[in-house]
Amino acid sequence: MTTATKFDTLPAREETLRGLIAIAMSGGVDSSTVAAVLQEQGHPIVGLTMQLWNQRRLPELQGDGPKQHRCCSLDDVYDAKRVAQHLNFPHYVVNFEEQFEQRVVRPFVDQYLAGRTPIACTNCNTDVKFEPLLRMARQIGAERLATGHYARIRKNEQTGRWELLRARDDSKDQSYFLWGLSQEQLSRSEFPLGELNKEEVRALARRTNLPVAEKPESMELCFVPSGNYVQFIQAYSRDAGISLTAGEGEIVTEDGAVVGHHNGVHNFTVGQRKGLGFSAGKPLYVISLDPEKNRVVVGDDDSLRASSCEVTGLNWVSCELPEKPLRARVKIRHKHEPADATVAPLDSTTARVTFDAPQRAITPGQGAVFYDEDRVLGGAWIR
Amino acid sequence: MNRVYLDYNATTPVEPQVLDAMLPYFSADFANASSIHTPGQHARAAIETAREQVAALIGARPQDVVFTSGGTESDNHAIFGAVNAPITRPINFPTNSVEARERRWLISHTRHIITTVIEHEAVLHTCQELEMLGVQVTYLSVDRDGLIDPESVRKAIQSGRADPNLPEAPVLPTTTVITVMHANNELGTVQPLEEIGRIAKEHKVYFHTDAVQSAGKIPIDVNELHVDLLSLSGHKLYAPKGVGALYVRTGTRLRQLLYGGHHQRGFRPGTENVAGIVGLGKAAEIARHSLASDALRISTLRDRLERGLLERVPHVHVNGGLAPRTPNTTNIMFAGIEGEALVIALDLKGLACSVGAACSSGAVEPSHVLTAIGLSLEEAKSSLRFSLGRHTTESEIDFALEIIPAAVAQLRALSPTYRKEATAR
Repeated sequence: MTTATKFDTLPAREETLRGLIAIAMSGGVDSSTVAAVLQEQGHPIVGLTMQLWNQRRLPELQGDGPKQHRCCSLDDVYDAKRVAQHLNFPHYVVNFEEQFEQRVVRPFVDQYLAGRTPIACTNCNTDVKFEPLLRMARQIGAERLATGHYARIRKNEQTGRWELLRARDDSKDQSYFLWGLSQEQLSRSEFPLGELNKEEVRALARRTNLPVAEKPESMELCFVPSGNYVQFIQAYSRDAGISLTAGEGEIVTEDGAVVGHHNGVHNFTVGQRKGLGFSAGKPLYVISLDPEKNRVVVGDDDSLRASSCEVTGLNWVSCELPEKPLRARVKIRHKHEPADATVAPLDSTTARVTFDAPQRAITPGQGAVFYDEDRVLGGAWIR
Repeated sequence: MNRVYLDYNATTPVEPQVLDAMLPYFSADFANASSIHTPGQHARAAIETAREQVAALIGARPQDVVFTSGGTESDNHAIFGAVNAPITRPINFPTNSVEARERRWLISHTRHIITTVIEHEAVLHTCQELEMLGVQVTYLSVDRDGLIDPESVRKAIQSGRADPNLPEAPVLPTTTVITVMHANNELGTVQPLEEIGRIAKEHKVYFHTDAVQSAGKIPIDVNELHVDLLSLSGHKLYAPKGVGALYVRTGTRLRQLLYGGHHQRGFRPGTENVAGIVGLGKAAEIARHSLASDALRISTLRDRLERGLLERVPHVHVNGGLAPRTPNTTNIMFAGIEGEALVIALDLKGLACSVGAACSSGAVEPSHVLTAIGLSLEEAKSSLRFSLGRHTTESEIDFALEIIPAAVAQLRALSPTYRKEATAR
């Protein structure tokens, strides 16, 4: 069996072979397989499943009828527990609801209301998984935290820096969501799936008879299981006492001509074409959002393209803050093919990214991640 | 791995003698205690013996003991039952209110319950459910040691009288039942039941106590405490899970909770869990005989653990330490740590203890009891409960004293809040 061979020759990171490793377990097939992999490599392991969001909090979002798959549902927790029981290692459920709301959910909603399109997964990685969860892992005696992310970590002996690399399987690569990790966080983390593709992971899960081997993947944002962000933002805002932008606003063209009306900027995202509520002769796209004037600005495909943007909240991963502008391939959304660009730092936290060719729908709130081949040099938030 | 269990308030192991007493009733003497035949009579006799044993533990008459499925059912039965009991006092029903629905509305809206903020969920959530149905509930607060002031009970009692301003709601609610737990599960603090009982008696209000955490640990006499209703649970006193009892003083008007056959005089139907009941009886008998010596031995060990931790670990505090407590419980705040992480760290080293309240996923929520005694959310989260039991040994306490200080130090070294707190003190 090819996958078994490949698995058996997985590069072992010697320095980790000693101590206890904590595994962030969602109850899905990826993180469960991490447990199987590490256990087979001979590591003592402990599973931690985060309780992040209480679905009862916003009952209006729960449809009637058969129970849909939900974030932090008891089913997922039980799945993680079953895996731990099957492989026979200790497992605990830990409560991070408060941190998750403060650092992920609330900023997510605030960003949407400010006319931006946030990526909650990046915040969750930087500020929850590899922050309080990693700390708890270390507090309970683990040397590092392993997760089911598809990415790789490597120490560059020349520079002394921990480097973040794309996953071997480009179609599964999640390095785009991990650019916020510090050197300290990387040095304490482990991504055992980075060398594998999805099929190999499934095969491993089957070979070790994991109870979740055939479990379907979840694609949606975990706390918005329906995928309906607008509905979530409205329900959460009501619950948290956030006032939504005052009702109706105008849809305007770039030269200010009113072409229609909308019901709140949080309903829109840059690049969106559908759902504008009117038809024009040529295809029109949302090109920017102006929450202050409560306006949605539309334009044609050309005006959606731009060749530069400013980014903020810079984090340098595989290299230090460069002294002069740097050539890189820059990825501006999860499903974006990285494009050649020059990254010119303005100060320690901001930079200007200038693309060689104009890019479509550079969206405020998304991450801009700088790659050199497989290495993540760094990243920042598009302003 | 060598495991040390310091979580007896969560549950206890079935005592070997208890198990031996139960075993025949699973297969050999399996008959239904309601049956007329000889095997049935054997089962009946075993249950009646158990009733006497449980009654003896709490100074009650055997006929006043009803077997239930456990503490939760007993609490529900006592509180729902007392509130829904037929109204005995004449109250001003509008003459045309003969419809059952209206009558029910009136019953719930004329009833008042007095309880405390530190009750177990079995009482708290029952009261909250009744509140939704229109019953008025007073939640008495506690002092920093988790004790309620009996005088606050007296002040909360309502007699129910006409409200001239609300002619359509003819009466104000009348206090129907006072429910105050005997010993608290998290702190071990013991409430002044005798005084509260006297006040309840004086005002002719039913008095219920959840004695799940005190039965078998400290002496209980239902007459001295003046309680009308008392809940206890098997698995907290070395009997199995799934069996408990409710004491109902003769003459107490209580509506039944379950409907079915004529078991236990039809008051608590359902074929009796004979083996479980026999186990509860045997455990009660053992507890009655060993209570005094257990209490002395266990409290000595508890104090040794408490003193040891106070000596070895800086910035610790015993929650509820100044109140009278059950001999086996100590609740300790370790400033600057996440209790959840400490419980996991200790479990990985072989020590079982507990923190806060577990929610359905198993994650920990801050304890309502600890915030009720004035702890901040952070302080509540940094508090752990150690509860000892009949099988706790001195060497187990030594083991705990060896690993807890090290684990606390490890957590504090990585705690973002501890350094700040330590320097602030």
